Amino acid sequence: MSYDAIIIGAGMSGLAAGIRLAMYGKKVVVLEKHTISGGLNSYYQRRIPSTKEIFQFDVGLHALTNFAKKGEKRKPLTKLLRQLRIGYDELELCEQTFSQIHFKSAKLNFSNDFELLQSEVKSIFPEEFDNFQKLYQYILEFNEVNLNADYLSAKKVLESYIATPLLREMLIAPLLIYGSAWENDMDFSQFVIMFKALYLEGFSRPRGGVRTILSLLENKFKEVGGELRYRSSVESIEYNESGVSGVVLKNGEKLESKKVFSSAGLPETMDMCQKDKRSIIGKLSFTETILVFDKKIKHSENEPTIIFYNDSDQYNYQRAQNFYDASSAVICFPDNYESQNKDGHGVARLTFMAHFDQWNNLEKPDYLTKKNEVLSESKRILKNLNVEQSEIYSDVFTPTTIKRYTNHFDGTVYGSTTKYRDGQTKIDGLYIIGTDQGFLGIVGSMLSGISISNLYGLME
Amino acid sequence: MSVDVKKIVLEIIEDVAPDEDLGGLNPAESLRDQLDLDSMDFLDIVMELRKRHKVEVPSEDYPRLATLDSCVEYLSPKFA
Ligand SMILES: Cc1cc2nc3c(=O)[nH]c(=O)nc-3n(C[C@H](O)[C@H](O)[C@H](O)COP(=O)(O)OP(=O)(O)OC[C@H]3O[C@@H](n4cnc5c(N)ncnc54)[C@H](O)[C@@H]3O)c2cc1C
Repeated sequence: MSYDAIIIGAGMSGLAAGIRLAMYGKKVVVLEKHTISGGLNSYYQRRIPSTKEIFQFDVGLHALTNFAKKGEKRKPLTKLLRQLRIGYDELELCEQTFSQIHFKSAKLNFSNDFELLQSEVKSIFPEEFDNFQKLYQYILEFNEVNLNADYLSAKKVLESYIATPLLREMLIAPLLIYGSAWENDMDFSQFVIMFKALYLEGFSRPRGGVRTILSLLENKFKEVGGELRYRSSVESIEYNESGVSGVVLKNGEKLESKKVFSSAGLPETMDMCQKDKRSIIGKLSFTETILVFDKKIKHSENEPTIIFYNDSDQYNYQRAQNFYDASSAVICFPDNYESQNKDGHGVARLTFMAHFDQWNNLEKPDYLTKKNEVLSESKRILKNLNVEQSEIYSDVFTPTTIKRYTNHFDGTVYGSTTKYRDGQTKIDGLYIIGTDQGFLGIVGSMLSGISISNLYGLME
Repeated sequence: MSVDVKKIVLEIIEDVAPDEDLGGLNPAESLRDQLDLDSMDFLDIVMELRKRHKVEVPSEDYPRLATLDSCVEYLSPKFA
């Protein structure tokens, strides 16, 4: 079989790229190893033993970042929906109530209205308010999408504006854990992208969770004539001096194309080309605890949607020293999006930073014991936040789960620390899309698939 | 019969950027200044011209699509 383009991976970036190419008449196939789409943000279901009910879970999707109101101009979300010809209303977005950066000595709330964060900084760090406003101005004027910019440490820039270490740590923490492949610091361009995505634009969630996004993408891809193949794992990418010629699947089948767009990750893609990869594998992976309660969660104060929790005043964003690091967590209460159903069960999700190798080396019984430890640590933190309810179901997934279902080496979620911002590899016709092109998260990876396929698939 | 190039372009913009209001457009003024169109949207206008009308616009000619008037002037011979 011969194609105009082959796309590896039916995650957000692969499907978005596929739609763009098929929409303009290219013969495209998306090859997915797994039996369903979604990749790092997929879904699964479980039967709850006590009640026999079937529950649908999202793998990730605490929050769709980059919230924009319908028709709002010049926003990444608006752009991406336009490019994919998906209507805003089809996403059925529910906005967050507010979210909270929760450190030992202070809390800062933010919402989809930036004024809340401004007023919080003003009341909690009054001496820093003018500095914060100056930083904000600098961010507005900064060109974060300049692909040729040199690395600039976000922490250094923050230091030059804000004197109080606690405020600096609090501001950068959510941006790191929602979008940095690097430990403890990030490139200032990425900081600006994330600052806008979280603080200026904010969070929402489709009423139907990640399935809504995925079925919109899958349906659109089929509608424009694309071919999507599941259980189709790419074993190797074929190329010679003149560039890419196609791929070979695990079952031996050969597919020809002069263009291959890979969302599998940079080291993973290099591996398919029999090139060295170890040195560039990223370090950040997570555990995720999902708790289902018998009824909606009662919060002592208000109802935050997401809490960026840290039990000290200094934030460590790095591979956990041990199996997992419960000194900080991202805690999501999906019920606290506006106009979500207010009856029925309550759900909480907690993410900890983790260490792949340690999980990977465990034998089954020890693995289960460790998972239980993560579960009790999660409950301990919820208790600290005064969330104590009877649970009817819980599940924990680990870096090895992520590896198994997405094939990302070491279960990395934010990919390699080497990013190919212009999407080009050293092999002609082989392009990197998604996480390792450099745009992270759900919105980021879709934009990545769109822009790289536009550039190399349509604009020749 | 002559083709209404202006109508063709407007139809395309309407599909590429459905949330834009195309009433009151000044044909002599830059489309980008009047509408929220970026380079991705212009790419789509060019791609739609190719897909629907088999009209090719090489990338060096993209600036000639700047206003509705210049679109008509540049594209009309291609529809003839
Ligand atoms: C627990 C968790 C929570 C998250 N929460 C959020 C959140 O709240 N908000 C947010 O914006 N983002 C979140 N993310 C991040 C987000 O999911 C990712 O950034 C995004 O989905 C990446 O998409 P992608 O297309 O780049 O890559 P992937 O999703 O990794 O897609 C790659 C695809 O390629 C397939 N593949 C790999 N190798 C092969 C092969 N050899 N042959 C065929 N197919 C192959 C994989 O199976 C996969 O489907 C979360 C991630 C996790 C893990």
